[in-house]
Amino acid sequence: MGGLDHLGFILDTVLHLSVGIPRTLVLAAVSLSIGFVLAVGVAVAVLAPARVPRKLAEGYVYVFRSSPLLVQIFLIYYGSGQFRGALEFLGLWHFFREAWFCAILALALNTGAYTAVLIAGGLRSVPWGQIEAAQAVGMSRYRVFASIAFPQALRHALPAYSNEVVLMIKATALASTITLLEITGLAKQLSAETYRPFEVFAAAGIIYIALNGMVAGGFGLIERALHRR
Amino acid sequence: MRSRLKSLILAVPFVVAGLLPARAEVVRIATEGAYAPYNFKDSSGKLVGFEIDLAAELCKRAGLTCEVQEQAWDGIVPSLLANKFDAIMAAMNITDKREAVIAFSRPYVKTPIRFVTTKNGVGAAHTASLPAITMEEVDPTETAEIKSLAKLVSGKTIGVQASTSHEWFVKEYMKDSSIKSYDTMDNMILDLVAGRIDVGYTSTAFLAPIHKKTPGLVEFGPPMTGGLLGKGVAVGTRKESTELREKFSKAIGAMVADGSLSALATKWFGVDISAK
Repeated sequence: MGGLDHLGFILDTVLHLSVGIPRTLVLAAVSLSIGFVLAVGVAVAVLAPARVPRKLAEGYVYVFRSSPLLVQIFLIYYGSGQFRGALEFLGLWHFFREAWFCAILALALNTGAYTAVLIAGGLRSVPWGQIEAAQAVGMSRYRVFASIAFPQALRHALPAYSNEVVLMIKATALASTITLLEITGLAKQLSAETYRPFEVFAAAGIIYIALNGMVAGGFGLIERALHRR
Repeated sequence: MRSRLKSLILAVPFVVAGLLPARAEVVRIATEGAYAPYNFKDSSGKLVGFEIDLAAELCKRAGLTCEVQEQAWDGIVPSLLANKFDAIMAAMNITDKREAVIAFSRPYVKTPIRFVTTKNGVGAAHTASLPAITMEEVDPTETAEIKSLAKLVSGKTIGVQASTSHEWFVKEYMKDSSIKSYDTMDNMILDLVAGRIDVGYTSTAFLAPIHKKTPGLVEFGPPMTGGLLGKGVAVGTRKESTELREKFSKAIGAMVADGSLSALATKWFGVDISAK
């Protein structure tokens, strides 16, 4: 086997695996979107003066940041199968039956916990004086949050959030363990068929690197645009 | 002083190596460790099962020092080719696809493959019109039976273990069904019970103990063997390991001859599924 043969096969494999790119991107995009909305709510709760929502939010963040994502995926997918009766009664089995739903739920809950910490950190960085000033001119609590605190928190959290997006794109590979054929799932299948794991997983790695290169580039543009203002 | 210490430290690996039996003689056998009763782990995490006992007996008869190690199924052939192991004993069937890359000993087990479903599931009421199907030369009645099975499961979801002869079979003959491939058979059964798949397609030897753990599963369709489904379960080796392969084949032959292979199969499977 010459070097050219390896290279040719890797290129063929990149094409073959690219079928999985939309699936990987959908997994990442949908769970990041749901996770982000969840994270805003959780971040507000973490900073809330009320004890119960604060403790609940802290508990959620602690649980999902301290256990492996793979365990969370198995728990939600195979674990839910054990409670089919109850889930059917609640009308939820229809969702839990789908590997897609379970993967997105696990990924969203996971990224929600990490992102909540980033946003809470961003909110804490907003100088208290600004909040007081906004309240002094008669802004409502919602207005203070939406127009003063949140935009600044986002800008503060952006560099760390781009890292979270990269981590999530890589984390979608775990969905292959619950029968989803995204990039890694296809790679495992192809590796077992061709018995050429080196080329196959090298090709998968190249695709992830390219995708994350684009993510990093995109966030770089956003950051630059924000600083120009 | 320092140089003496240095030479002492440098000598350690050689002394340790001298105490161990010569490494080259250890035959490393890969098994999956997740496919009861062939090979699995007991509550303490130790590898046990039919193939673990068989490996010990074959190695004893062949005068080999063997070590059985765990390796995930989907990486088992590449690791053999990469020299991480010398042999595979993991309920692996002899198939043309696999014979293109590795070579097998004579088979030690021959198990039929069947569909499995839940009590009131797809196919539970199906009665097979043939007692068995051998895939080597498929006659018209057998073709008709496979077609009627394919019709029964068309539009349904079939679960199989990834990269097995079972998966290749359903991809070839059950083209109107959607196929879900699992990393382990146990996970496939979990999803069958949960209702995420309609039927499974797997080895009856694997199903025998599953029926005890999970009552209510029903096997249907004629048991199938041969052809695409393989010529029996055997020890897989690298193509160039001719000597090792012959040693295994000879030892399997001896165990067939004195009845100990039948006895071992009966002990683990409840039925004699040994290859004659």
